[in-house]
Amino acid sequence: MSAYILRRLLYAVPILIGVNLLTFVLFFVLNSPDEMARMQLGEKRVTAAAISHWKQEHGYDRPLLFNEKASGLAKVTDTIFFQRSVKLFAFDFGSSDDGRNIGYDISQRMWPSLAIAVPVLLVGLAINISLALFIVFFRATYLDLGAVVLLVAMMSISGLFYIIGGQFLMSKMFHLVPISGYDTGIEAWKFLILPVIVGVVGGVGSGVRWYRTLFLEEVSKDYVRTARAKGLTERRVLFRHVLGNALIPILTGVVVVLPLLFMGSLITESFFGIPGLGSYTIDAISNQDFAIVRAMVFLGAVLYILGLLLTDISYTLVDPRVRLQ
Amino acid sequence: MMPVVLWTDALVFLLLGLAIGFAFYASRHEHLRAPWRRVARSRVGMGALVVLSCYVLIGLLDTLHFRLPLADPAPGAANPSAERRFAPEVLSVFDYWARPLRQRQEKTYSAPFATHLFVKEAITQPDGSVVRDFPRLQYGGRHLKDPNQRGWDIFGTALRGLTEGLVIWGLITLQILWSMAQRRGLPLSAMYEEVRDGRTELPWRTALGGLALMLVLGFVAGELALKYHILGTDKVGEDVFFQALKSIRTGLVIGTLTTLVMLPAAVLLGIMAGYFRGWVDDIIQYLYTTLNAIPSVLLIAAAILMLQVYMANNADQFASLVERADLRLLFLCLILGVTSWTGLCRLLRGEALKLREADYVQAGAALGVGHFAILGRHILPNVLHIVLITLVLDFSGLVLAEAVLSYINIGVDPTMNSWGNMINSARLELARDPVVWWSLAAAFLFMFTLVLAANLFADVVRDAFDPRLRGAR
Repeated sequence: MSAYILRRLLYAVPILIGVNLLTFVLFFVLNSPDEMARMQLGEKRVTAAAISHWKQEHGYDRPLLFNEKASGLAKVTDTIFFQRSVKLFAFDFGSSDDGRNIGYDISQRMWPSLAIAVPVLLVGLAINISLALFIVFFRATYLDLGAVVLLVAMMSISGLFYIIGGQFLMSKMFHLVPISGYDTGIEAWKFLILPVIVGVVGGVGSGVRWYRTLFLEEVSKDYVRTARAKGLTERRVLFRHVLGNALIPILTGVVVVLPLLFMGSLITESFFGIPGLGSYTIDAISNQDFAIVRAMVFLGAVLYILGLLLTDISYTLVDPRVRLQ
Repeated sequence: MMPVVLWTDALVFLLLGLAIGFAFYASRHEHLRAPWRRVARSRVGMGALVVLSCYVLIGLLDTLHFRLPLADPAPGAANPSAERRFAPEVLSVFDYWARPLRQRQEKTYSAPFATHLFVKEAITQPDGSVVRDFPRLQYGGRHLKDPNQRGWDIFGTALRGLTEGLVIWGLITLQILWSMAQRRGLPLSAMYEEVRDGRTELPWRTALGGLALMLVLGFVAGELALKYHILGTDKVGEDVFFQALKSIRTGLVIGTLTTLVMLPAAVLLGIMAGYFRGWVDDIIQYLYTTLNAIPSVLLIAAAILMLQVYMANNADQFASLVERADLRLLFLCLILGVTSWTGLCRLLRGEALKLREADYVQAGAALGVGHFAILGRHILPNVLHIVLITLVLDFSGLVLAEAVLSYINIGVDPTMNSWGNMINSARLELARDPVVWWSLAAAFLFMFTLVLAANLFADVVRDAFDPRLRGAR
């Protein structure tokens, strides 16, 4: 087992190198630091001195890949590639354009993100599975048909409208909770409850439909027929046998997204003014702060690979048929 | 009139050509025709198809671009042989056709069917005194002498639209019924009864019902839109109904071109990885795992930021705003394609892994058929249904993605009409008091209809093409 995990971790290294190279090409080769500086300083009437000052200030005044002026090892290390891209491997994200330490900001901002993402995941899972079981219990009836139509309709609504509608109903019409904002400590619940509700409701359409398909696939299998033939009640068949077996794909599907919960939800956080990693990313995008975007790309890639690894491990834990070599 | 072909236009025409070509090919191969017949026989599929066709029609009309000739400077001027000059503005057939909607611009917000502006202004009375009141709109309901007659006027106009729609529908229906009756050798009345009772092989009742609904809606909306702003006007006074209609093309382009641009790479790499295995498979898997590892929103954001920097520094390369917006749309399709081809690629790899063990592939290999001949002749035709299902399933997701991306300003160009831009510019309007709700409602309505129809259609197509599901439900 540990040999397998180690091998998988080693396999992650070339992928991270690939991600890093790709972002490096995207951010520094396609557009030179000069062009970035001009963009940041305003496009017209930028003096060469202002550009070189900006580049020096932000550490972009080095050569891209190879520094001829430096000596020894510094020929390689005193470059944009080393300073800006290689250091990401040590989770040293450097500082953003306005001089804040990105690593520190991320460690602070991941908590509000988690405070939304974790409840959305857990509550959503519970609600989706119960609803799906309920629909499957009444399968091939008009209730089933109506529910599926409703689910498809819910799927067809853009996530933006769930947020806008939720804010409008709960905050503007009934004044139940504040529209947006955040507070530290226990007082935060007021600000968290609406995003969580919106997140759960927005996920019901596709979630329940997906779980319904999983359950239906399970229901048509032989062991279910055997269980019925034994004389078990439909309820017992569904809740004990079908649910238990369908939990395997459900669980592994959840595990793959677990690490990505850290990244937060871009849209939800920016709408509700939650100071999490999602709104951090959005702000970076709109301020064109490339250092933060690069850091988040790297972090996202690491978490994605972690998710894949966890999925493989969880398969061996819940499904005895799967063996890792 | 000088035709203008923008980049996305050319690709849309290419896609149209491919679709027609595929339809022709499919109509001559029974194994491809049979699933389509199943799609056509489904009532849900037929209803969704009618709605989708209406969207596609508007989208296509909006794709034929041209520039109007300028009026001749002076008739009989010194040199008549000088070439004709054209207006700099690029219009589409749809723009031209709906020019009453496009040109009637108010000052600022006005509610749907309003006769007065939404905000108060200082108005000079005939006697010289100045009052602050809601001024009459320049165009909406201008024909009314007394705004209080509005209700009856709306009713009358709607009735006229209803009649027109029904007459057109009646003519079409009669034509269809007549030709069906001719072919079957039945009297018209018997044919009518068969359709009315839903006994035809294809669900004609659903199709004609859907057509009636769309025609009536279209004509009522059209008649009313000539006199009023039926979905109100936005902050700068543009007709929201027109904006929503214009956004259809953007949504369709994003939903279809994205898959078109990713298709060759995804299909080729996918089946190659599954067929050759070994180091080819390793490289391709590495490629798509790496691309997948980057959060797609961030990849899109990074790419669009880079494009913005490029466009800002090379502004002289773009002749007009329309061309610039069009290139950005194309680029967005490309980058969305880059982030979304991996799913299809993985599916095709799995399928090709299975197919390469099939007897006919083994037999081909034993007889000395080359690798690429096997790929093209035996593997590719057998994974086409997966490609098709993915195309249809991805469509609605991409339309929804456009809205989200435009909302965070990394979507289409801000000057381009799209539902995402409508939502984005209207997001603060709900905070106003009284609420300005119509831009959001219009974007919601148009997007929801398209995505719902696409989702329903995709389900039908998947059920018809996926052999695993056949007979299961």
